[in-house]
Order: sequence, then C-alpha cells, then structure tokens
Amino acid sequence: MLNIQNLHAKIGGKEILKGLNLSVNAGEVHAIMGPNGSGKSTLANVLAGRDGCDVSKGTVTYDGQDLLKLTPEERAWAGLFLAFQYPVEIPGVNNVYLLKAAVNAVRKYRGEAELDAVEFLALIKKKMKIVKMQEELLNRSVNEGFSGGEKKRNEIFQMSILEPKLAILDETDSGLDIDALKIVAEGVNSLCNEARSIILVTHYQRLLDYIKPDHVHVLSGGKIIKSGGSDLALELEKKGYDWIKEEVA
Amino acid sequence: MSTGIEHYLSDFEQLENDDWFSENRQSALDVFKESGFPNARLEDWKYTDVRPIKKKKFSSVNKTPVSMRADEIDALRFQGLDCIDLVFINGVFAKEYSNIEPLEEGLIIENMQDALAKDKDFLANHLAKYADDNSSPFTALNTAFIQNGAFINVSPDVVIEKPVNILYLSKTNGSPLATHPRNLIVVGENAEMTVIESYIGHGQANYFTNAVTEATLSANAHLKHYKIQQESLNAYHIGNLIALQSRDSNLESHSISLGGALVRNDIHGKLAAEGAQIVMNGLYMTDNKQHVDNHTRVDHLKPHTSSTENYRGILNGKSRAVFNGKVVVHKNAQKIEAHQNNANLLLSNDAEIDTKPELEIYADDVKCSHGATVGQLDQKMLFYLRSRAIDEQTARSLLTYAFADELISSIGLGPIRHQLEQLIIGQLPEATLIREFTHE
Repeated sequence: MLNIQNLHAKIGGKEILKGLNLSVNAGEVHAIMGPNGSGKSTLANVLAGRDGCDVSKGTVTYDGQDLLKLTPEERAWAGLFLAFQYPVEIPGVNNVYLLKAAVNAVRKYRGEAELDAVEFLALIKKKMKIVKMQEELLNRSVNEGFSGGEKKRNEIFQMSILEPKLAILDETDSGLDIDALKIVAEGVNSLCNEARSIILVTHYQRLLDYIKPDHVHVLSGGKIIKSGGSDLALELEKKGYDWIKEEVA
Repeated sequence: MSTGIEHYLSDFEQLENDDWFSENRQSALDVFKESGFPNARLEDWKYTDVRPIKKKKFSSVNKTPVSMRADEIDALRFQGLDCIDLVFINGVFAKEYSNIEPLEEGLIIENMQDALAKDKDFLANHLAKYADDNSSPFTALNTAFIQNGAFINVSPDVVIEKPVNILYLSKTNGSPLATHPRNLIVVGENAEMTVIESYIGHGQANYFTNAVTEATLSANAHLKHYKIQQESLNAYHIGNLIALQSRDSNLESHSISLGGALVRNDIHGKLAAEGAQIVMNGLYMTDNKQHVDNHTRVDHLKPHTSSTENYRGILNGKSRAVFNGKVVVHKNAQKIEAHQNNANLLLSNDAEIDTKPELEIYADDVKCSHGATVGQLDQKMLFYLRSRAIDEQTARSLLTYAFADELISSIGLGPIRHQLEQLIIGQLPEATLIREFTHE
C-alpha cells in the first residue's frame, strides 16, 4: 500500500526528516510515536502534499504510484486521507456541501456514479451515529465555532464518509477527554478492514488502549529508530523514549 | 474659469431652467465653472484620476430617447422582490415601466421633475440642503442639472414594508451621455423604509453617471439604503450619498460595486444628534483595468452616536481599488463609538489597493477602532480543501466567494442577497462548481 524509502524533507530550509523508511501493507494499523519535534507531523504533511514541505531525497510509493508527484487533491481522489492535527476553520464554506463535493469528487475519480442529495443524506445520517456528530454542527461553516473535540470528531466523521484506502491521523487524540477519545477510536475501528490501512501519529500510548496497532514505530530525529508490536507502546509508556535513544546510539 | 468643461456649459444652456430652482442650478454651475474637474493634487482625489471623464465629451442633453423592451427591463429587476419600482432609462424617468401606484398612505414617490413642479414648498426646505456643492465639483455639476431622480417622502410614524427600487439603466447609442440622477429621501420621525439604488449598464456602453442622493432622517427614523452598482465596463460612475441624521435615527448602508471602468463612491454620514447610528457595509470586486474608489466619511457631531463600517474588496487582474474611511469625532462628542474595518483580497500580483483609515478625534472619552488588511487566499484553508478532494481552482473560487459572502450574508432582504450571491459567483472562475455549495 505505502512504501517510504530514505525520505528526507525540509521545512523552511531546515531538514526535519532524515532518511525515513516505512512500509505499510493493506489492512494494517501502524502507530508512529515519538517525542515532540521528532518529525511526526512533518511526515503526515509530506504524505498529504502540503506546500512548503520540500522532499530533498527518497521515494514514496502509494498503491503503485509515485505519491510525491501527485497534487493534494489527486492524493485525496486516490484514497489518501489526512485527519489534521489542527483542523482549520473555514468561514462561509458549509460543512455538508464540502463533504458532498468531496465524496462526489472521489466517486467520479473511481468511475462511480455521483451521489444525489437523497443518497448523500442517507449516508450522512448513518455515519453521524458512529461519531455522535450533532446535526446542528453539520450545517455550520467548516469547523467554525467548533470546540477542539468537535473539530477532531468532524475529521473522523469526514474520514468515515470518504472511506479512504489509507488514513493518516495526525495526533487526533491530543487534547481529547476520555469520552471523545472513545468516540474517535470507535470511528477508526469501524473503518478497519483488510483493504484499508491506517497510520496513527500519536504522542500518547492511551489511544492504543482503544485501537490495537499491528506495528508500533518510534520516530526520533527524523528517522524511525525502533519498530515493534503493540507491546512496544506499553514499554514506551513506562520507560519514556530515552532508553531507545541510548540503545540506538 | 476652468478648461475642458465648455460642453457642460453649453449643455446647461439647452436645459429647461425656468422654474423656481433655476437660481440654485445657476449658482451650482458657477461653482463647477470655477473649480472644474478635481485633479490629483487634491488630497481627496489623490489616487483617482478623473481625466478620462474630462477628456470624453459626454453630452448631458438626451436628444435620442432609447427604448427598451419590457422583458429586457424585467430581467434586471430583483427576482422575487415585492417592491415599488422607479425606472430611469439613460437618466430619464420611464413612467411606463415604473410601478408606483397605488401609494400607501403617508408615502410620496415622484420623479424629481414632477416634485419640483408640485411640491415647491417642501422641496425648497430639503433639496440641495444636505449635499454641499462646494464639497465636490461633481456634486455641483449634478445640482446644476437637477431634473430626474427619485423624490421619496415618508411621513412620521409610517412604516413602509415594500422596498423602493430605483433602477437606473443605461443603454446609449449615438453620442456618449452624461446623466445626473438626483435622489432625495426624507424619512419622518419614527418612520421606516428601504431604498435600493441599482445602476445597470447595457453591454459595453460608454457613458458617465454622476449621481447624488440626499437623505434626511428625523428622530428615531430608520432607513436601509442599498446601492448596487453594475455599470458597463466602459462606463464612468461617480456617486455621492449624503445623510443627515437626527436623534436616535438609524441608517444602514450597503454599497456593492461590481461594474464600471472608473468608479468613485462617496458616502457621508452626519450624526447630528445623540443616539444616531450609522452602519456602512461595502463590497467591491474589480478585475482587468477597473478602478474603484470608495470614500466614506462620518461626522460624530454629538455624544452617544455610533458608526460601524465594514468594507471588503476582491481585486483581480490589473485593477486598482482605493478605500478611504474618515471618522471625525467633533469636540464634546463624548461617549461615541466608531469601528471601522477594511479587508482586501488580492487575487493577482498586478492588482493594487490603497487603503487608508483616518481618525480625527477632538473629544477625549470615545471608543474607536480601525483596521485594514490586505492579503491573499489563506494557504491553510486552501490545503485543507484540497486534501478533501476539492481541486485547486474550485477551492480558490470557494474561498474567494466565502470572503465576499461574509458581507453579503449580512443583507437582510433575501431576494437581494440571493441575487448578489449569484452575481458574485458569476464573476468567479468555476462558477457552476461553487454554485453547488451555496444552496440555502
């Protein structure tokens, strides 16, 4: 599904990713953990195609394509989804219409018929229950006046509607209380299947109590310095990151 | 005497000027004769060069009346708006297309020419009493040619639910025309009404509109004033709105500028008694080589008055816009509030905006704020939309529309709001795609 080889990336001239390797197969859930400033968010942004993240070396192959050559919208059409760490507010752009346009852009790309208003509404009603979205939030402008938790839930809501092949969650759990965290985890778990891959970028082990990853990676200094199974996360929770850094050094 | 204005003087000679107002016209002409057109040395006209208007020999005498078909005119009305209509074609009142009768009790609406003949005593107290011919040569020129325009008078305690829509249509053929529409709106104590001035040009018509509107609001009067400027892209438009506000009166002004090659809008609110409030909203969209200048001025003459101003601009191509918002807080006008904001979106590298908020404060207990921003589309928003499968072009249009809609959405009259939304979308690339987003 996703294959990252020796990835180097700069932001504002500063090298953040320094030779990152990662391989994600279909149906797998990967957790990427690491201290602040290790490059976790940069990785998520490079994969989604944000301007200003300059890839200086390395390759990223997604579903057989050179991902780095695609525009952000082309990546979205091809089934890649980024749940933002800080979702922006977009005054004047209606949530529901954005979603409808997004769904239909993806369907069009896949050669499927576009959803009409009735079909789309049915889809929304179904998915709203999973993330417990309130209807009144839906009809507002994108994220406008949403609380931090509501913004994160909206990301998961969008994800569940777009049904991506590869979802990258950039610290979606940060700042959430336990109830909101459970809702987010439920949303993610409901999407898990053998064709879909998920990358959870997180700072806290707590999320992994609710979503069980197949692989856990530690990102530090722009590289993955250790990989393991889900028990690695528990070890990190107990001992912090320093022991790995020492082990690697 | 100034040069380059001879044809205005000879046109004046052909004007029917034998009524009780003739001396006023003559003295206004004398003011214009003395000043001529304003030049860039004047602070007020620093960024707007009116030489193109001066060079073109516009005729103020309409010798060849142009007819328009009824369906042509109907297409230019606000769909779904139940209103009183006054239609002017090339500056001349077109009674056959207007829809005034039957008038509600307490409301008078007449073409200015008829009002001059019928309501001498009333008009003598109001006409040209609020707009100062010395404030701008264009105002003086307008006063000299007063003939057509809307006279609207609402009696005290009368609330007029139906908006009055004044349509100024220009469709010149033959020699380019200058028109000088003059409107007078008198709103009595506790009275309320809505007036829309709509300026629409046909195709690529070349003409010059020089409009002046005077409004006076008695105590606790409410006036909502809309000006929607869609002149042709070869037209010149100079427009002035002057309002004198009494105690607790409330003026809400919306000024939307979409057309015109060279446009100047002036709004001047005089808050002359305690409790008077003015709200000024404006939107200008420019492209190609358009030049649009918005000048506003509020005089806080008495304590406890308030003004709120919010203007937004979207500039594309090689266009240029000017915003100058002046707030003068006079001596002893304590406890006033004045807030002003001007935000601009530059869509091209060649577009230019000159924005200047001006505060002159001679009182010491006031609450004032002002701000101006100039920027491009927000990169974070753009990336967010693109990551949600929206292609770049549509995302740009959508954000541009959303920027304009923050102003448009404050318009209370549904049919006007809706039509403006469609007009604005129509000016954006990918119009059909973003129309999908805006269903209410």
